[in-house]
Amino acid sequence: MHAVTNIQKFSIHDGDGIRTTVFFKGCHLRCAWCHNPETQRFTIEMQTDTDKCTGCGRCVERCPNGAISLQRIERPRGAGKQGTETVPVAVTDRSKCTVCGKCVNACVGNYRTVVGKEYPVKELVRICLQDQMFYEDSGGGVTLSGGEVMAIDNDYLLTLVKMLDREGVDVTIDTCGEAPWENFQAILPYVHTWLYDVKVMDNDLHRQYMGLGNERILENLVRLSDSGARIYIRIPTIPEVNGTPEAMGEIIAFLKENHIDPPQINLLPYHKTGSHKYRKLGRPYPGEDLTVPTNEQMEAFVRQFNEAGYRNVRIGG
Amino acid sequence: MEERGMNERIRKLRKLSQETPVHIDLERAKIETEVYKEWEDKVSLPVLRALVLKEYFSKKTLYLGEGELIVGEKGCDPQASPTFPELCCHTVEDMHIMNDREVVNYKTTEQDIKDQEEIIIPFWKGKSTRDKILADMTDEWKDAYAAGMFTEFMEQRGPGHTCGGKNVFIKGYAEYKEEIQAAIDALDFMTDPEAFDKQEELKAMLIDCDAVMILGERYQKLIRETAAKETDPVRKAELEQMAANLDVVPAHKPQTFWQAIQLYWFTHLAVTTELNPWDAFSPGRLDQHLNPYYEKDVEDGILDDYKALELLECLWVKFNNQPAPVKVGVTLKESGTYTDFANINTGGIKEDGTNGVNNVSYLILDCMDEMRLVQPNSNVQISRKTPAKFLKRACEISRKGWGQPAFYNTDELVQELLNAGKTLLDARQGGSSGCVETGSWGNEAYILTGYLNIPKIFQLTLYNGFDPVSGKQIGLQTGDATEFKTYDELWNAFTKQLVHMVDIKIRGNNVIERIFANYMPAPCLSIVTNDCIKNGKDYNAGGARYNTKYIQGVGIGTITDCLSAIKYNVFDNQNFTMAELLQAMDDNYVGHEDIFNMVANKSPKYGNDDDYADDIMKDVFALYRDTVTGRPIMNGGQYHVDMLPTTCHIYFGEVIGATANGRLAHKPVSEGISPEKFADTHGPTAVIKSCAKMDHMSTGGTLLNQKFTPDAVKGEVGLENMASLIRSYFAMDGHHIQFNVFDKNVLLDAQIHPDDHKDLIVRVAGYSDYFRNLDKELQDEIINRTAQEFA
Repeated sequence: MHAVTNIQKFSIHDGDGIRTTVFFKGCHLRCAWCHNPETQRFTIEMQTDTDKCTGCGRCVERCPNGAISLQRIERPRGAGKQGTETVPVAVTDRSKCTVCGKCVNACVGNYRTVVGKEYPVKELVRICLQDQMFYEDSGGGVTLSGGEVMAIDNDYLLTLVKMLDREGVDVTIDTCGEAPWENFQAILPYVHTWLYDVKVMDNDLHRQYMGLGNERILENLVRLSDSGARIYIRIPTIPEVNGTPEAMGEIIAFLKENHIDPPQINLLPYHKTGSHKYRKLGRPYPGEDLTVPTNEQMEAFVRQFNEAGYRNVRIGG
Repeated sequence: MEERGMNERIRKLRKLSQETPVHIDLERAKIETEVYKEWEDKVSLPVLRALVLKEYFSKKTLYLGEGELIVGEKGCDPQASPTFPELCCHTVEDMHIMNDREVVNYKTTEQDIKDQEEIIIPFWKGKSTRDKILADMTDEWKDAYAAGMFTEFMEQRGPGHTCGGKNVFIKGYAEYKEEIQAAIDALDFMTDPEAFDKQEELKAMLIDCDAVMILGERYQKLIRETAAKETDPVRKAELEQMAANLDVVPAHKPQTFWQAIQLYWFTHLAVTTELNPWDAFSPGRLDQHLNPYYEKDVEDGILDDYKALELLECLWVKFNNQPAPVKVGVTLKESGTYTDFANINTGGIKEDGTNGVNNVSYLILDCMDEMRLVQPNSNVQISRKTPAKFLKRACEISRKGWGQPAFYNTDELVQELLNAGKTLLDARQGGSSGCVETGSWGNEAYILTGYLNIPKIFQLTLYNGFDPVSGKQIGLQTGDATEFKTYDELWNAFTKQLVHMVDIKIRGNNVIERIFANYMPAPCLSIVTNDCIKNGKDYNAGGARYNTKYIQGVGIGTITDCLSAIKYNVFDNQNFTMAELLQAMDDNYVGHEDIFNMVANKSPKYGNDDDYADDIMKDVFALYRDTVTGRPIMNGGQYHVDMLPTTCHIYFGEVIGATANGRLAHKPVSEGISPEKFADTHGPTAVIKSCAKMDHMSTGGTLLNQKFTPDAVKGEVGLENMASLIRSYFAMDGHHIQFNVFDKNVLLDAQIHPDDHKDLIVRVAGYSDYFRNLDKELQDEIINRTAQEFA
């Protein structure tokens, strides 16, 4: 079994048609711009919304480990209001928290959640098949994403894709590529499309912003392409990292050099919507200094790819 | 206000229609009173009713608007609303209320009030069907009605709301007369004990045919006179053509597209002025009925798409000129709108089962897109055979966010009708009219009788039949709920309460049905409905080929979540006791935040494709359906169920305290078969899956609202996904789906600055309305319907 953070029905930005996207928990990269930080760690963890907490104290009473206490903190005022306020809210000492979930049921406003739930593979397949009717009319299916789905237990993943394949469900894998090649090889026959993230060719920048180098990622991409896989290339676009004509040019050169000709390329403009999630997890947001690319920049990158001979280039998922 | 319309003429007509205040028109009531004074007790009732229409159409003020191509109004002018004192005689206080109320008001002059007081009330007081009905209901019916257990459609309106069949477009009234005369000639006075009654009914139909032809004749003369004086040669030629059209219709079969529309409009006026059949009257498959005329005219070179569209837009204005007759009291609450629920069906299939989409279908879509009016309500029927182009064009209009067209599943409708005993041919010629209710057009009297407050019936169960809101024992004593040891005990008690309440409702219905059969025949509607002429029997007395009555179940989402919350928390997990829950409900959950949290946030809910809750929905639905379906109606035929609310879910919510699902006291209950507000958290596919678990084919219609923000359906991909959702829901036998597409902020702003958003139309239930015309609670309700964001 492996923890899943979310099963998103009617997902239309993660592959073709109407899909169900399963977000697995855990990833070896630490991309500074990651807007799903709750999927980074492999372990189940506690998420608390201190911006909305009313400080009622019910969770404090229920916590068997004494991990929660009411503390006065400064936070932004409510919707439509300016400035900050200093009020008592439930603060969780994560060193004492065992993620038992008792506080979740106590929370009247649903401000506390346990992130990550383990599903026996049969149960996950059952949920993935619930929207089969919608996949068939729209040309959709199931997208396995994360986190990094290729980094989870490979036996579990193989069983999952085999079972989906047996039901005639189109499986798409959304990956950053940072996983052993054997994992790719094993599930290759059961995967219809790969959504493959490519970030930046400059390995120093890659290490700086993602915590790991890009050697294995690029190698896997080439091997996948060489084995005839259907690959959509997805490029998160951040001015500080790869949002320059030069960096994009290097990506194009790499694709050309390795004869990778994806039927679709998605340029995903960086957005700041993930920052509040870091606060809920009690972590600092590492993307504070990153900037959002302008529409003009994004359109220029599309033209750059078009001029290099790539026709189906889209902004967004 | 935005000006719309394909050209200057339409823009002017539409503007006048939109900007003229809705006003009371007593001309009809006064003429009717004179006719009753002169003829009552001298002629039979059907004849008396027909004489009213004939006299009105002979004397009524005619309206010929500047630039009009289609003529005829119910009252003196656009937005005039004739009254029907024979159904409901308004008091002076009613007249003041309808004039003064903030929304859905009807302007009433001092003279109107004087006339009402001096002419109408003295004659009609105590004589209206409303008086008769209230006098004949039992005390338990009255208590239940007052407590808001159900509503009664015929309390101040007549049965109606059907659609015309093919006849309405291919027969003139002189031809109907021949048919009626032949039926009179064939009467068997030697052995048929009903021969005399049949003769009187058929005589009334003959008089009504004359009435419609008299109206045509009067218009023909007025238009010729106007043409003679007209100095603009273009308008003069138009008027001459209009007069020439009236030489043919309504007396004879139309020869052109234009004449066919004018003929329909006269029939529409006649049916809806003879009585006030709630949900007006509708043209059925307008595209298919008009297409032969369209094709012939195009071939003859006298019509092109521009002209055809212009005539359709003129017809649209005509529909919009007719506000629903004024409602008061509970009836206003169940249906708080000017909309008279004429409903245009487009697409679907032909009699032979093949795809029915034609050129006129696309013109009708263009017309609704351009006109953007709440009336007529328009919908599309989608079958497996419907071309993707048509579906996507309809989606393109729907995603603009004003609620039309709604989408109906032709293949499923046919199955519903077959299940209810129609022939295959009659089933294919059927669909929805008014709101979502199903019937075989031109062949059937399918009467909605009222909404049933299912969550409140469950509430009575929890209080041993007592209603804490009205303070009365309304239901049976089925036991103290705190003593129930199992979920089954609770369920059995609920079953008894539901059957009891349906019994009360149907007993009342059966009396009301006979009151209409005996006192309020509708000969004009009978002329155009098969087989009333053949049977010599009125539409309101069971003369139609098929007769069906519906009771509309409201609040399936709310009651499902109530049962689910109790099963989950009280019986399965012992999170708290029934007594603790009831105490929390009594206190509207104040001071019981933990219990509220469990029932509102942490219990399985309908609308998430979760079988725990959805299985309960299936049980409630099956119980309701089996309690109602198949019961005999007094005019022959059977009862069936519908699942639609109009605006009744607001009223029904007002009369219920806090419920076990965490819904606070007096808040609306769920509408149609949509989930309770905020209950669905897994997106539109999960909602659709949950809703599809209901056996739609065994109903006479269900209603599902889906709300999207514009962002969610943008671009070609958004359109394709929308079309896919519809196809998939229909593949799962869903009956109907409609979309509200807008940003929540737009609505919030419209609440604060209504004048800046005068044009904002939202889908309410089976219809659209101006947001500014809705009361605050309904506005809140629409804002709060869960906005389905795309991932």
